[in-house]
Amino acid sequence: MREIEFDVVVKAVKNMIMHCGTDLPQDTYMALEEAMEAEKSPVSKEVIRQILENADIAKDEKRPLCQDTGLAVFFVNVGEEVRINGGLLRDAINKGTEEGYTEGYLRASTCEPFSRANLKDTLGYNLPAIIHFDIVLGDKIDIEYAAKGGGSENVSRARVFPPAAGKDGIVEYVKEVISDAGGNPCPPITVGVGIGGTFEKACISSKHALFRDLETTNEDPEMAELEARMLHEINNLGIGAMGMGGTKTALAVHIESNPCHIASLPVSVNVQCHSSRHTHITI
Amino acid sequence: MATYTLTTPLTAEDTKQLVAGDTVLLNGTIFTARDAAHSRLVALIEAGEELPFDLEGSIIYFVGPTPPKPGDPIGSAGPTTSYRMDSFSPTMLKNGSKGMIGKGKRNQAVKDACVEYDGIYFGATGGAGALLGKQIRSAEVIAYPELGPEAVRKITVEDFPVTVVNDTKGNDIYQIGRAKYEVKA
Ligand code: SF4
Repeated sequence: MREIEFDVVVKAVKNMIMHCGTDLPQDTYMALEEAMEAEKSPVSKEVIRQILENADIAKDEKRPLCQDTGLAVFFVNVGEEVRINGGLLRDAINKGTEEGYTEGYLRASTCEPFSRANLKDTLGYNLPAIIHFDIVLGDKIDIEYAAKGGGSENVSRARVFPPAAGKDGIVEYVKEVISDAGGNPCPPITVGVGIGGTFEKACISSKHALFRDLETTNEDPEMAELEARMLHEINNLGIGAMGMGGTKTALAVHIESNPCHIASLPVSVNVQCHSSRHTHITI
Repeated sequence: MATYTLTTPLTAEDTKQLVAGDTVLLNGTIFTARDAAHSRLVALIEAGEELPFDLEGSIIYFVGPTPPKPGDPIGSAGPTTSYRMDSFSPTMLKNGSKGMIGKGKRNQAVKDACVEYDGIYFGATGGAGALLGKQIRSAEVIAYPELGPEAVRKITVEDFPVTVVNDTKGNDIYQIGRAKYEVKA
């Protein structure tokens, strides 16, 4: 059994959060550069230019990329042969989140659902983090993190279709969700699509799909083809950067597909904005 | 599409020349308010009470900034989604405000109020919080400090870049732009 100190996890999580708050990941930066080149609308081209300039300023001056520094979302793969010395893994991740958001001058955005009272002085600064655990082989802990802003989360949707809806039905649904969203989720966006599983499995898969590197292609050729088809259809909507009209509404569509019940075809569409702050570490 | 440099407070003469899609560099004083502050401001207007600032010619920025680093006037300060202010904005425009800065589409009532009261809805680039925060030279909380990031701030901006989304003629760049680039199957 390998032992990892509680504080090692806290520090690793804190560093990830502070880095992500100010440094746009390389894959996203490069995809935005390509989008700026390809964009046909001058207004949208200028918007993407501002987005890239913003990323440069944020990195150089260590300022948050966006004022909405999101809820902290984690996917954590815990090796069966690891144990945390000095506390619970969940507590270590939450502590790292609180320290990262505080020391990085990031915004505390968690609140009580109805009174809307900010939870920073009660539960903790930007706590609780949203954490999805899985158990895997080995003696390592793999932590994927993303800052998830409200603008893009608010336009996300899920629906359980009858099996007959098929690929055409899903493509239409994705188009409808993105079309209704317009400029609200801060395009150019990344679209995560979770297919199959149960209702909640589809939702979690659509979130996890957003963590995938933009330079990768889906390992399943059938899904890769479906991603390309959806991307094409979304970019034909004409929404453009920040909804100003244009040819580059999405940078990528990522699908995660799961086996499902013979009676149903669950689909979830989770949207991530251009400020796609995500990273991962292995301890 | 033209580029203008304007200084607040704005007059009807300033706003009427602007067309959806134009770029404007804003200078001068702007006030920040989000949902919670708007509901309080509109309640004051409806009760006939005095507001914490003069609405005449004012621009309201929908923003909840990050905490400032030591020595900075403000943290990152990009726009928040505007539709949450749709039910309040017509009252603000009716009472003298001339502009709003946010992101995302507005409802018909807001667009109609822009036409009726010579108001403009400006879009700032969402997610460009570091760049936009840098154009803010000073910031001071003038009302509702208990709302934290949502408090009303008086900020001074220099060449703050925005795009005209809804103009005084009823045009909407989101509709015009999209129609131009949409590829119908
Ligand atoms: S959608 Fe993303 S880029 Fe836009 S304001 Fe929210 S977090 Fe920032």
